[in-house]
Amino acid sequence: MAWVNAIIQGILTGGLYALFACGLSLMFGVMKVVNLAHGDLAVIAGYIAIGVITVTHVPVLWSVVIVVPVMAVLGYVLQRTLIQSSLDRGVLTTLIVTFGLSVVIENGLLQFFTANSRGIGAEMTLVTGSFKIGSQIEIAYLLLLIFAVAVAVLLGLQYFLSRSKYGRLIRAVADDKEAAQLAGADYRHVFGIAAGVAFGTVALGGIAFGMYSNLDPTTGTDTILLFAFAAVVIGGLGSLWGTLLGGVVLGVAQQIGAQINISDELLAGYIVFLVVLVLRPQGLISRRAQP
Amino acid sequence: MSLATQTEAGLTGNFRVTRSRRNVVWTGGGALIVVVVLAFFPYIVYSGTTAILVQGFIVLTLASMWNLLAGYAGLVSVGQQAFVGLGAYFVLILALHGFSPFAALPVAAIGCGVAALPLWWLVSRLRSGYFAIATWVLAATVMLIIEKFTSIGGGSGMPLPGFTGMNPTLLTAYTYWAGLIVTVLALAGIYLLLRGRLGLVLTAVRDDEVAARSSGSRVGLARLLVFVVAGIGCGAAGAVLAISQLQVQPSAVFSIQWTAEMAFATIIGGLGTIEGPIIGTVVYMVLQQTLQSYNAWYLIILGLVAMAVALFARRGLWGLIDERLNIRLFPVGYWLRSGQGDGPDS
Repeated sequence: MAWVNAIIQGILTGGLYALFACGLSLMFGVMKVVNLAHGDLAVIAGYIAIGVITVTHVPVLWSVVIVVPVMAVLGYVLQRTLIQSSLDRGVLTTLIVTFGLSVVIENGLLQFFTANSRGIGAEMTLVTGSFKIGSQIEIAYLLLLIFAVAVAVLLGLQYFLSRSKYGRLIRAVADDKEAAQLAGADYRHVFGIAAGVAFGTVALGGIAFGMYSNLDPTTGTDTILLFAFAAVVIGGLGSLWGTLLGGVVLGVAQQIGAQINISDELLAGYIVFLVVLVLRPQGLISRRAQP
Repeated sequence: MSLATQTEAGLTGNFRVTRSRRNVVWTGGGALIVVVVLAFFPYIVYSGTTAILVQGFIVLTLASMWNLLAGYAGLVSVGQQAFVGLGAYFVLILALHGFSPFAALPVAAIGCGVAALPLWWLVSRLRSGYFAIATWVLAATVMLIIEKFTSIGGGSGMPLPGFTGMNPTLLTAYTYWAGLIVTVLALAGIYLLLRGRLGLVLTAVRDDEVAARSSGSRVGLARLLVFVVAGIGCGAAGAVLAISQLQVQPSAVFSIQWTAEMAFATIIGGLGTIEGPIIGTVVYMVLQQTLQSYNAWYLIILGLVAMAVALFARRGLWGLIDERLNIRLFPVGYWLRSGQGDGPDS
């Protein structure tokens, strides 16, 4: 039963990892940007949520209504300024600038908010509560909610990309930005919209992780970015549902690792990532070949 | 190359192909004098100064290796801390088995070169951004594996043995010389590599990868060689780090901060020139020393400057110097010289 429990917990944390991963996947799919500051931006979102909750005393979940739009606007602005101007100068510059951004954010948070870790809504029953199935399996309400949110976000993204006007524009620009430009689409604006959407999911990921665990300045890179990347690679590039599968595989691998030895949680996840990288570099679900 | 040079010179008469615009003997001689003066430092300056210089040597070696990876081979690795950590741990392991840490240093460097082979195999299929994060994951994985061995300190690390009874002044001097030798070998090695066939292949790949491949350049092999050399260099720097810190701690030696420092120093100095990392390291050391009482601020400022340089002065500080003074201390390209004036050929 302990193993069944590990697998169930792994599947549920997989939802959280998919939430981390979909923004990274979207940014790469549309702009060909690998945003190395992805995780640090999620931590910023979490810190903003903590600030909003402390200052305005809104219920914890209401902070989402404020933080997600704020991050989306930040995403649009960052894309139109910093990221676009580095994209214009090439892949190398994009990597250097986003890596620089990552280091600056991480050390800035360290400088202004110390290395202390903070949680979000630690006293809520939603965060602490759980229900039991049988005697061994205990499911936390929060993890279930996060998993549901992840699925909802993926469904929403799929609907947005395939049905909405901006979704069509984003797909057109992702396929061929010059052709889209000729047809009257301002690709820079469309890139900004896509970044806004991606940053919205990043905000959800940051808040979710703050509730599930704790946030500190290094969480952004050593947890969120690396897990998001592992989920994207395991699942397969260019596939939204692949990120959910990748997240679930990563989560299950970690929980099984933790079951074998509590200190092997992270290692087990990374080893599965490396095995997939070697045996199936296109990922478990893939539409296109690896770039 | 000499045959081609002669043929071309013979054909055109008043053109000749040279490697530099000024006489390389002067810069070579200058470099030699600098190294000799630096070698005498333990006799003339305080040990505090040599300790700071050892830090500088470590950063310069790392930056030169990162420059080789990113500036010449287009491999943006964010996981070079894997090799810094492995170098430090190889020294620790050998020291625990009774070897002198100084004797262990070259072995550790070679060990890191060997370790680079399987790591390259794992990430070699990835490009640009995905290569970057994959190397980062690899570094995290290597650290987690090292932490599993409690005999070498597990997750908390352990002090480096092998120095008991050694005169502290002598130890500081030896550490300084070890750092100096590693740095000189790293710079000389990179210079010679880039002047040779590898430099030619890398330049061809940088300009047009498809054309380079179709004209027979073994691009994959060239990248592998660069990754291995960078592994050796970063491993040697990690070994010097272990010796200068006298202890090895996983979270410190495998810190992403090493990659941040080597990347920022390279970018600020000038990516894709051998001189760039040298200038960048000087900037880094000045910032780090003046701001060291303000915790993480030096890294924030360094990061912001690196971002600004990457966006607005892509050839870095050395590029600005080169534009005005038209000099190249370590020429690795070819130049066509005529009677009238000098112009770049490649």
